Amino acid sequence: MNRKLFALFSLLVIVSVALAACGAPPPSGGGAPVTVKETVIVTVEVPGEAPTAAPPPAAGGERLKTVLDRGKVICGVHGSFQGFGFVDSAGAWSGFDVEFCRAWAAALFNDANAVEFRGLSAQARFTAVQTGEVDVLSRNSTWTWTRDAELGLTFGPVTFYDGQAIMAKKEIVTDAAGGLKALEGAQVCVQSGTTTELNLADQFRAAGVSYEPVVFEDQTAAFQAYDEGRCDAITSDRSQLATQGQAVLKNFADHVILDVVMSKEPLGPAVAQGDDKWADAVHWVVYGMIQAEELGITSANVDSFLTSEDPVVRRLLGVEGELGAKLGLSNDFIYRVIKLVGNYGEVYERNLGPFNLARGQNDLWTNGGLMYAPPFR
Amino acid sequence: MNIKAFWRDLRFLQILAQAIFAIIFALFALYLYSNVVANLAKQGLTVGYGFMDNPASFDIGESYIPFEASDTYQRALLVGLVNTLVISVVGIFLTTVVGVVAGVARLSSNWLVNKLAAAYVGVIRNTPLIIQLMFWYFGVILQLPSVKKAIALPGPAYLTNRGIYMPWGEATSTFAAWRIYVIIALFSIVLIAFLFRALERRSSLPTPLWWNLAYLLVPALMIWLGAALQPESPLKQTIPTLTGLNFKGGLRLTPEFAALLFGLVLYTGAFIAEIVRAGIQSVSKGQTEAARSLGLTTGQTLRLIILPQALRVIIPPLTSQYLNLAKNSSLAIAIGYPDLFSIAGTVFNQTGAAIEIIMVMMLSYLSMSLITSILMNIYNNRVKLVER
Repeated sequence: MNRKLFALFSLLVIVSVALAACGAPPPSGGGAPVTVKETVIVTVEVPGEAPTAAPPPAAGGERLKTVLDRGKVICGVHGSFQGFGFVDSAGAWSGFDVEFCRAWAAALFNDANAVEFRGLSAQARFTAVQTGEVDVLSRNSTWTWTRDAELGLTFGPVTFYDGQAIMAKKEIVTDAAGGLKALEGAQVCVQSGTTTELNLADQFRAAGVSYEPVVFEDQTAAFQAYDEGRCDAITSDRSQLATQGQAVLKNFADHVILDVVMSKEPLGPAVAQGDDKWADAVHWVVYGMIQAEELGITSANVDSFLTSEDPVVRRLLGVEGELGAKLGLSNDFIYRVIKLVGNYGEVYERNLGPFNLARGQNDLWTNGGLMYAPPFR
Repeated sequence: MNIKAFWRDLRFLQILAQAIFAIIFALFALYLYSNVVANLAKQGLTVGYGFMDNPASFDIGESYIPFEASDTYQRALLVGLVNTLVISVVGIFLTTVVGVVAGVARLSSNWLVNKLAAAYVGVIRNTPLIIQLMFWYFGVILQLPSVKKAIALPGPAYLTNRGIYMPWGEATSTFAAWRIYVIIALFSIVLIAFLFRALERRSSLPTPLWWNLAYLLVPALMIWLGAALQPESPLKQTIPTLTGLNFKGGLRLTPEFAALLFGLVLYTGAFIAEIVRAGIQSVSKGQTEAARSLGLTTGQTLRLIILPQALRVIIPPLTSQYLNLAKNSSLAIAIGYPDLFSIAGTVFNQTGAAIEIIMVMMLSYLSMSLITSILMNIYNNRVKLVER
């Protein structure tokens, strides 16, 4: 290279490095807004994640403040999963998981649309939470020990109790109750980076049935390949098989979902570990929605409950008490959520009703389900 | 001796500038590293490779080395690496054939051949590879009939949406013994080739044609020896036959492998075709005419005059196409072929060790690319213009 050019080039590099160094705080201490730079994966700006005095671990409160200052919630969701997280051709987001994002926005800003959605792949979702690219992940993610311990996540209340199931063509499996034996030597489509992939291996190994996985990064691609006959069976969460099956497959009636429950899949929101205040806000919004359903409060009748004499209702809706403020939210945050988004049952019916997905375990505890909110007092 | 002030010494300044640059670079790298570690520590996470020995507990559909769900993450990544290597090596071999044929066809005086090659290059080069892969996978291979209605080709080979099945050789008990005979035979051929070349150089005359029979001497001996000593042939033909849900026996290309192979070979082949055409056209026409007027045959003209000069132009860009093919194989994840990138993605999702896994991936692809380019550079040094 010509010498002048080289000198110019080195100067440029030096200047840019110096600039980068100026903008960034010393690695361990506090300081100005942190610019998290990871060489390979993502370059993410986390605005003001660590204000001056706070000691880094288990500080709490910063994320809530960041979100409030920003004026919107950044929510990691699924982009192509009808019923749970789906963006249509007009760019409108819909789905069960998406509605929880709206609920948090309603609680924080009294505006259900103050959300920025980030469609995340199964593989990228946890990294996005770890790096702070999203405030909260609401993307049909299973709460597991590994994810809690190793990935640095805090999972919230379970919003959907799911279980892994397996779907096969009727020509291969005639008896839904027959178990996995019918699938001896089968090729099974599965999505990569999911607990499903692990359970598949475990369950077939335990049943002593040989199989061959065909792993796709994208759930829709897995369903398409299954539909084209690439695989004999496809495995996923029961909810996904039912919703995607109806949305993607050419003829859902030709397929049968086996009665085998291959795993427990509690799905719920996740936030980065170490910020209890933000986690509390996320959790209590969900509990509030469950509690509201239990009390029969819906988006349609919530205003009439404001005059209720029942102390439980009055506390829940923030008519009396300071419980919202203690969380760093407004006292009427549950009222806002119910008014603008609805209670748990409404959200469920609106998004999963069209797929005929029975409430089952996701019904209220009073109806024999598992949905149970801690007391609001 | 006159000692100049060191700040006017150009050589010193150059070294100084480089040293400063190196230090800044090292500091920057250190900063990035400590930043990552500090941010992970904030969430109670550490960087390290301890997880590599834990059981992977997921299965891999396609593997050339034994793998079970109870094997380690390390082993899983190795499976991915081998899968990537297999697709790259097979792909590089086939794409060279496709590229050279298409490149020569581009120069053909036959109108149809010429236009077909031009259309191939035009269409393939100007559409994204990922779309082509999707097309081959969802649009072509998965649209083949099911196993029961398989398209039967002579051979017999079967085209189905579960893969392409063809007859294949299966090693028998005598395979190991035969392997030694083959190695000896190949070695003798190389030895004789060297001998001939030395003789030719000394006498400066071509060796008589019938001397080439010497090449057959040792192989013939080995075949006789093998036939006399070994009870059965080293390979047994296995033919795919329909048993149960699937074909058994023979060689099976999975739909994912086949689609990826078609996609990569055709895509890279289009680029290589243009490189080959450029290389051949870089040799001036006058040289061909001169060679013909000296009485060389068409074959000799191509072999002795055009190719040696064209290769000089072809090899360097060809190397980068080979590298492209190997790196593009990471798009396999879109169509479900378990290559290194796909498996590494699964591993980092299960373990959360994003940075460690990305480092492993980068190092793997980097060493693959460096080895390829070293080999190609050695070859390039042999064919390039020797300057005196």
